[in-house]
Amino acid sequence: MPSTSLHGASAGDRIYRFATTAFALSIPLLLVLLGVEVAVAAWPALKAFKFSFLTSSDWDAVNGVFGAAPAIYGTIVSSALALVIATPLAIGVAIFLSEFAPAWLRQPVAFFVDLLAAIPSVVYGLWGIFVLVPLLREHVMPFLADRLHLGNTPFFSGPAYGPSMLAAGLILAIMVLPYISSVTREVLMAVPRAQREAALALGATRWEMIRGAVLPYASSGIMGGVILGLGRALGETMAVTMVIGNRHEISASLFAPGYTMASLIANEFSEATNDMHLSALMGVGAVLLAITLVVNIIARWLVWRVQRQARA
Amino acid sequence: MTTTHTGAVAVEHYSFWYGPKQALFDITLDLAPQTITALIGPSGCGKSTFLRSINRMHDLLPGTRSTGRILLDGDDVLAPSLDVVHLRQRVGMVFQRSNPFPKSIYDNVAYGPRLNRSPSRTETDEVVEQALRRAALWDEVKDRLRESAMGLSGGQQQRLCIARALANEPDVLLLDEPCSALDPIATQHIEELLWELKKDLTIVIVTHNLQQAGRVSDHTAFFYLGQLVEHGPTEQLFTAPREERTEAYITGRFG
Repeated sequence: MPSTSLHGASAGDRIYRFATTAFALSIPLLLVLLGVEVAVAAWPALKAFKFSFLTSSDWDAVNGVFGAAPAIYGTIVSSALALVIATPLAIGVAIFLSEFAPAWLRQPVAFFVDLLAAIPSVVYGLWGIFVLVPLLREHVMPFLADRLHLGNTPFFSGPAYGPSMLAAGLILAIMVLPYISSVTREVLMAVPRAQREAALALGATRWEMIRGAVLPYASSGIMGGVILGLGRALGETMAVTMVIGNRHEISASLFAPGYTMASLIANEFSEATNDMHLSALMGVGAVLLAITLVVNIIARWLVWRVQRQARA
Repeated sequence: MTTTHTGAVAVEHYSFWYGPKQALFDITLDLAPQTITALIGPSGCGKSTFLRSINRMHDLLPGTRSTGRILLDGDDVLAPSLDVVHLRQRVGMVFQRSNPFPKSIYDNVAYGPRLNRSPSRTETDEVVEQALRRAALWDEVKDRLRESAMGLSGGQQQRLCIARALANEPDVLLLDEPCSALDPIATQHIEELLWELKKDLTIVIVTHNLQQAGRVSDHTAFFYLGQLVEHGPTEQLFTAPREERTEAYITGRFG
């Protein structure tokens, strides 16, 4: 009946709208359910150990004492290390690709950088065990400690085993680089031509234009890319587990083995036989989930801010 | 014309190509100091292309080429050996849409002076104040120099862009339809400002608005399909055009 369409959506439209709404709502619902489920499962451990779950370094499954501090510390330090290494590289790559690369080089290089994100984590791990870790042990660590005389500082002291916080940070840096780089590239290319021309017309050289007009304009978007990379680094499990050494101890030295929340869960989940151990692992999962969520919300907010600026 | 003022632009047989497409054909035109020259013509006639040739903004685009000469006080600005950075400090440019940097009002104006020399704090303060005064913006913004330029109105932003260009103390000021996004009041502000500024500048303004060209300019050049059809004193061009195409355009028969 054609007349009804003037007054309301037809039955087909209503079904369609209902279906798509249901699909769209199911994703946030899933996230909420996941969070609730993890929190409920973690509750016994969190209640039993309270704040010491976050601050204590004792993780003793046999005696039922669980403090996740070394894993939390390891996750944060290895991710921060990854960002410190990857951010300048990624921004450099993005600046080259968006500002300097000749057209014929732009696509291939961008493709290969993006391809880094497609390599399976376990392959990075294997490469880490057989190439990166020996390289660190034989060359890099002795060089840093002895040649650069950094061995006396707490950050580079101790024996060079190979598997270490440094190895984890390096492998994470390679893994997050494509994320930071491709977001940065997009943001740089979104800087309006008017901004570039304004700088050039005032007598800026190309580099002055990039430094003085393009990068400041893009800064919060770049920040969003960095935090997206951080989100990736925080949750990365396989490759890190394979090279970090998995020792439940906090050490200032980057040469020392460490642990991350993700590797802790991955390593112990299958062996968790009693309820408290399982609940402690869930607690670690809850902490990791909370940190990752917050980081992603901040990233989204920063990117949103730069987009709003660009429209204004 | 006095000899103490510089900024004389002489264009001789200038042609320009975007790739295979020729956009300007054998343009010869003098732009005298202390005058305002309006470039008029329908969209795509090459007037912006011509304007952007004078400070070599085309350098950014690959595949462009040109023949002929553009002399600024006798020096060929198109010579490959010419220092483009220095040229662009002597030849300021204001764009169609105001494009302040997302920085403070102060930092916007100080951008040019800070680029190539390192002025002291007091020196910068002076340059910023003087440029804002010349752009007739000082009284409106003097109490909020540290606030973001994005908070200014459209007309204020455009005057800020003029101040930003003036801070480099240019000899020539190029304006590419500076009022096309502004309301009549803001447009009037800019036009009055240009009258003040022409005392020590060579001003070239591209405009779609024929009344504006009539109000503001001493000389007018009419471009059509990449050719300079006619140029001369504004009054003469508007009242007694020599060319039929000019007459057709200014009487609104096409454009």
